[in-house]
Amino acid sequence: MSAAGRTVRPVSIASFAQSQNVRRDDERNEVEGLMPVIAEVFGNIGITKDDVEFICSGSTDYLIGGPFSFVMALDAVGVWPPRSESHVEMDGAWALYEAWVLLQEGEIDAALVYSFGRSSLGDLNEILTLQMDPYYEAPLWPDIVSLSALQARALIDSGKATEADFAAVASRSRRDAMANPKAQVRRDVAPEVLLEDDYVVAPLRRHALPPITDGAAAVVLAAGDKALQWSERPVWITGFDHRIETHSLGARDLTTSPSTAKAAEVAGVASGKVDLAEIHAPFAHQEQILKEALGLDDSVVINPSGGPLAANPMMSAGLIRIGEAAERIRSGQADRAVAHATSGPCLQQNLVCVLEGE
Amino acid sequence: MADETTDLGPVTTLATPIRLDFDFTPGVAQSKFLRGLEQGKFMGQRCPTCDKVYVPSRGSCPTDGVPTTEDVLLGNSGTVTTYCVVNVPFAGQSIEIPYICAQVLLDGANLSFMGLIQEIPTDQIRMGMRVEAVWVDESDLTPSLASVRYFRPNGEPDADYETYKEYL
Repeated sequence: MSAAGRTVRPVSIASFAQSQNVRRDDERNEVEGLMPVIAEVFGNIGITKDDVEFICSGSTDYLIGGPFSFVMALDAVGVWPPRSESHVEMDGAWALYEAWVLLQEGEIDAALVYSFGRSSLGDLNEILTLQMDPYYEAPLWPDIVSLSALQARALIDSGKATEADFAAVASRSRRDAMANPKAQVRRDVAPEVLLEDDYVVAPLRRHALPPITDGAAAVVLAAGDKALQWSERPVWITGFDHRIETHSLGARDLTTSPSTAKAAEVAGVASGKVDLAEIHAPFAHQEQILKEALGLDDSVVINPSGGPLAANPMMSAGLIRIGEAAERIRSGQADRAVAHATSGPCLQQNLVCVLEGE
Repeated sequence: MADETTDLGPVTTLATPIRLDFDFTPGVAQSKFLRGLEQGKFMGQRCPTCDKVYVPSRGSCPTDGVPTTEDVLLGNSGTVTTYCVVNVPFAGQSIEIPYICAQVLLDGANLSFMGLIQEIPTDQIRMGMRVEAVWVDESDLTPSLASVRYFRPNGEPDADYETYKEYL
């Protein structure tokens, strides 16, 4: 277990919590939205903030339109006495990765990871344009829905998928989300009915787009004795890696995801049977690209939580994939699962986490 | 044929205008603070664990990480804990220099906040000075710190250093 990306020191997902995912949380600020989630993630396993030795968060100032919002968010934890803390301007899945790396070093045994964001405060479609290359792409303001539509068109043109396939993914996600009380888009609607939606940007109809979601999530990671103390059935991270592709969209084959495939290889996805996968595919057509890159066959249950098409809180949707997969292992519904997170336009950056039950 | 793009020399600057609009809501606790300002009052919140009163409160105690649920009406007066005299002009400056910018610890609060001090020569400002808020006319009150015109000396003797040394 010493290959790159494989776990050297076992680390468990000791606890997971997420907020209600909603279209717009008008009432609460970021701190007020986070506090109940932090309280729940500690409360689940009967610990307090004093039991974690490191805190890492994932968020972005672009959602709130103000600087250093992650510093203020720490008020939701209460960092006294002072302790080591870090932040990534990325989805919380990458914050979890940073905490996992620190836990690998063996100096600490427990970490809190959280993420948050109100996607509703600004125009998300425009905000996401600013993650593009600032010289040649961002000044043209290519919005994320249009870019994703280009990707979907390329996928259709390659003969790998049809619009009906996208509708099938959206239909399954909405139906599965009916069993997830935290999800935002929950309904039993047939693919044929979804195909009657208008195009937002062809070939993407409304159902193929993620909802705009305000929400937060948190995870407690544990190693050593604490991992065994805090869980009756520890869920271990047995492989973890993330990879990125070039900024330049024109230099990429958008119908494939080599960064996901590489991360999956390094994380060892194929070294055992995968029972389920939580895939962070915000746009319906991306699920197929990712499923192929992860090397998953049709026996694998995909996004039983409803996935990001049912709730897509920016900065938390990736972390939620890890939490949802872990909870299903903990409850005995699965023994081995893959969680995936993405960032950037058209699946530019991808993270793969392999989880296994005790 | 000469390459016209080369003849123009290297590009050294690129302007890419960006504007984003936000529809921001401040949350429960900050709304209470802002609504207080609209009524000419300073509203804070108390931590149930450490009893400290924050103004403005963001809804949590940053020390204990618990919700601050008790609303506290604070005094109109406070103590200058520290200050600076601004002598440097800068773009967008709306006040004539020199002027005094100070941290004011409102009576009943455990967190100071920044305020403008007026109605006093700049060389007479000092730590411990007792000051009071001067509000805009009642008809001009808004849910914003613009409702507070400035602070001015309230005539009380200076506060004892021991009463504010924790807040420097």
